Amino acid sequence: MLRLAPILAIAVLLGPVAFGILATVLPAFGFLPSLQGTEFTTRHFVELFEYPGLIRSVVLSLTTGLVTTGIAFAIVFVFVSGWYGSRTFARVQHIISPLLSVPHAAAAFGLAFLIAPSGFLFRLASPELTGSARPPDLLILNDPMGLTMIAGLVAKEIPFILLVCLAALPQTTARRSGQIAQAIGYGRMSGFAFTTWPLVYRQIRLAVFAVIAYATSVVDVAVILGPSSPPVLSVRLTQWMSDPDISLRFMASAGALLQLAITVTAILIWILAERVVGWYAKRLYLTGRRMSGDAWARWTGLVTVQAVAVIIFLGLGILALWSVAGFWAFPDNLPRGFTLSNWTRVLPSLSSSLSTTLTVGLVATLLAVVLTLACLEREARTHRTGGSRALWFLYLPLIVPQVSFVFGLQIFFLGIGADASWGALVFVHLVFVLPYVFLSLSDPWRAWDKRYASIAHGLGASPNRTFWNVRFPMLLKPALVASAVGFAVSVGQYLPTVLIGAGRWPTVTTEAVALASGGNRRIIGVFAFVQLLLPFIGFAMATLVPSYLFRNRNDMKATA
Amino acid sequence: MNHIRKILAAGLGAGLAAITAASAADPNPKDWNAVKQEARGQAVFFNAWGGSQNINEYIAWAGSQLKTRYGVTVNHVKLDDTANAVSTVVAEKTAGKDTDGRIDLIWINGENFASMKRQGLLFSPGWADQMPNWRYIDVENKPTITVDFTIPTDGMESPWGGAKLVFFHDSAREKTGELPDSFRQLVKWTANNKGRFSYPAPPDFIGSSFLKQALSEVIEDPTLLQKPVNAQTFLETTGPLFEQLDQLHPNMWRSGRAFPKNYPAMAQLLGDGELDIIFAFNPAEASSAIAQNRLPDTVRSFTFSGGTLGNTHFVAIPYNATSKAGALVLANFLISPEAQARKQDPQIWGDPTVLNINKIDKEDRARFEALDLGIATLKPDELGPMLPEPHPSWMTEIEKEWTRRYGAGN
Repeated sequence: MLRLAPILAIAVLLGPVAFGILATVLPAFGFLPSLQGTEFTTRHFVELFEYPGLIRSVVLSLTTGLVTTGIAFAIVFVFVSGWYGSRTFARVQHIISPLLSVPHAAAAFGLAFLIAPSGFLFRLASPELTGSARPPDLLILNDPMGLTMIAGLVAKEIPFILLVCLAALPQTTARRSGQIAQAIGYGRMSGFAFTTWPLVYRQIRLAVFAVIAYATSVVDVAVILGPSSPPVLSVRLTQWMSDPDISLRFMASAGALLQLAITVTAILIWILAERVVGWYAKRLYLTGRRMSGDAWARWTGLVTVQAVAVIIFLGLGILALWSVAGFWAFPDNLPRGFTLSNWTRVLPSLSSSLSTTLTVGLVATLLAVVLTLACLEREARTHRTGGSRALWFLYLPLIVPQVSFVFGLQIFFLGIGADASWGALVFVHLVFVLPYVFLSLSDPWRAWDKRYASIAHGLGASPNRTFWNVRFPMLLKPALVASAVGFAVSVGQYLPTVLIGAGRWPTVTTEAVALASGGNRRIIGVFAFVQLLLPFIGFAMATLVPSYLFRNRNDMKATA
Repeated sequence: MNHIRKILAAGLGAGLAAITAASAADPNPKDWNAVKQEARGQAVFFNAWGGSQNINEYIAWAGSQLKTRYGVTVNHVKLDDTANAVSTVVAEKTAGKDTDGRIDLIWINGENFASMKRQGLLFSPGWADQMPNWRYIDVENKPTITVDFTIPTDGMESPWGGAKLVFFHDSAREKTGELPDSFRQLVKWTANNKGRFSYPAPPDFIGSSFLKQALSEVIEDPTLLQKPVNAQTFLETTGPLFEQLDQLHPNMWRSGRAFPKNYPAMAQLLGDGELDIIFAFNPAEASSAIAQNRLPDTVRSFTFSGGTLGNTHFVAIPYNATSKAGALVLANFLISPEAQARKQDPQIWGDPTVLNINKIDKEDRARFEALDLGIATLKPDELGPMLPEPHPSWMTEIEKEWTRRYGAGN
């Protein structure tokens, strides 16, 4: 049984991506019999490149993706290198961690409601500071350069990169190396950068690639905050895929391949930048300069990270306010009246989507956790890890843009007659849940002190008994946290749920996006809030359950 | 399972001796009792835009009525774009799934209908005019019921509601000059009220409709619009339109560098005071938005005296629908006087009826007469003349040219 686990996991990760891409490549080259496409042609690529504004969309996708990753990465680097090990660091870490579970769309809406010309900040400032009772005609949201979109994405990617760093840091000797470096005169940041960062970076590298892939191909955030004339390529792709003129699907498939090429190019540019920065850092290192005057940089990093947290929380607060707002005219700071009617109207339609969200999320998460544990246990018993190749498999569904393979996957499921089934939906969620569960569980699992196992063996316990009675209980908390992460990922899935579920399995997120198309801020507020609440409950359970189970085990709290 | 049940139900309806290959075929709307019998126990997946909470509630009401009256379960699949449903049927056809499709009924009109009809994706032959409640339909006075964007419906879609382009403004707000009475006046008005008008970028439905309205007004020979577009002369015939748009855009909201996403986004901008004039395809939309706190109660409607675009929206059944009988029963219920009167109530939805009030019973007529259409809604005789929708091929070309000029970021 255990032997099959790694093969099964690879099949789950690789299969859908491979089939999905195949079913995208064929129509891109003109093959889609139901639309009378039976011959090989490159015509659709010609059409694609002749489409007005296409080059600009491509450049936008590439630059917004790279700039987003660069800024988020730089902020995290400055903050971690400047503050790791301090009490401030631990405090900020507690503020930032919950942000990871905030769905991208909810965060984007919160930001939009905050900074739009008719948003909360301008309401506060009007008419006193702006001198007008009308919103200013400023192009803040949907600016043609995508700056607002970059800001929104940076705010959401900082928590992700930071938490990946946190997972990697305990496997380094950061504190001791830092102390030694500082003892010989290096600044806090330069000491960290020269001794510890290369080790950390090696571990978070694929996660950074996943950020690049996400930021170059995101749809929902780009629709809410991104430029509109023209939008980034991924948004145009989804428009073409859903155009009444069905023949556009050929060009859309060609576009999906172009999207894949953009993401790959962005990653290659990043790798090139890695080389350049690495070369420069080495030269800097060899000069022997200590660079101890880093206070300004450290404080900038700290303030930025905290500001990001404040902005997101404030945006979510505004969302909550809209969900209970009556008529709220500009420039009133608060609504003229409060009402629960927005909630009571939505609740009936919420209940069915809520049950789908819960069951699909829980089953997909459970499968992912079982599969992950089986793989890790197999690894522990055979002393063979998958190495970096296994890591690439894990990141595959995260690095290949969703728009490039989920449309193809839909055709595949139709072909085997499993479309719109509950099982297919769980499976497609599993594809995206498994990597996150594996990544968040594998580090604490591998870091477990193996001497406990040796003692258990010495006392005559079988490997299975050791697993169930020693290892699993001790690692229950990381297992539950990984489950909460997996559940949050499942809750946030939009494109796969809509396409594979064929609308027959509405979830909180698909309902939220459908209603968001109606632009009613109150209803968006309600759904975004529910969307937020579910992962939050998951994370709360991951903390509360172990502390209840082990309430009479003092030392178990220490591992928590 | 479903298949077997269908065969059994149809078989019972036709008498036991008739269980042949034909009994497993599509329901026949001429034999309405058999349709009702076959529908009992079926689940209908109704794919309809889900962006409006009051429409969603109306569909939920219709579903509950169908359950109690006909034993049909209605599941509303909420779409953010109707074209997604079209894509689903395409994907099913690609995969060779010619029966047991996922979609039983689609809320549809115009380009989507034209596209599905052309690709043979609709349940045929025509069924809409065979249904019992068809007798109430106002075929005489509403030509858009039988010709959808110049394409004959041939009974392959059943009308659900009417639509007419109307403009809204906030009467409590100061504006420069008179309200515009034509597209050309609107362009001038915007020059005097900078940044206070905009329209959603095509391919948004409302934005495209605005462009069609503008084209219908400025084109030299409007009869050309009733025929498929001629690509050779397109730029010449639409010259006046783009000339006006070139003048309009620099004076628009955000100087024409960004556009509202769709109608609801535009309504929010009117409520926030960013825009002064917006427009919608449902004359009662403003009244219903006031009732829901989305717009201030000082909003009023107006139209152009030279006429505005009008059309009809429909429901259609895909060729491979699983529960065709159930879908027929639902489509028939949606055009019942009771359901239509409820739909026209601005407290519920406010969508204009497709029925001829003079064709229905006295009691049912009373339902319509009792409706308070709301403070911001124009009476039917104030709505002005109706301009016909152009052939769908025009929109494809306009969208392309529009994107080239304004949507490609210069």
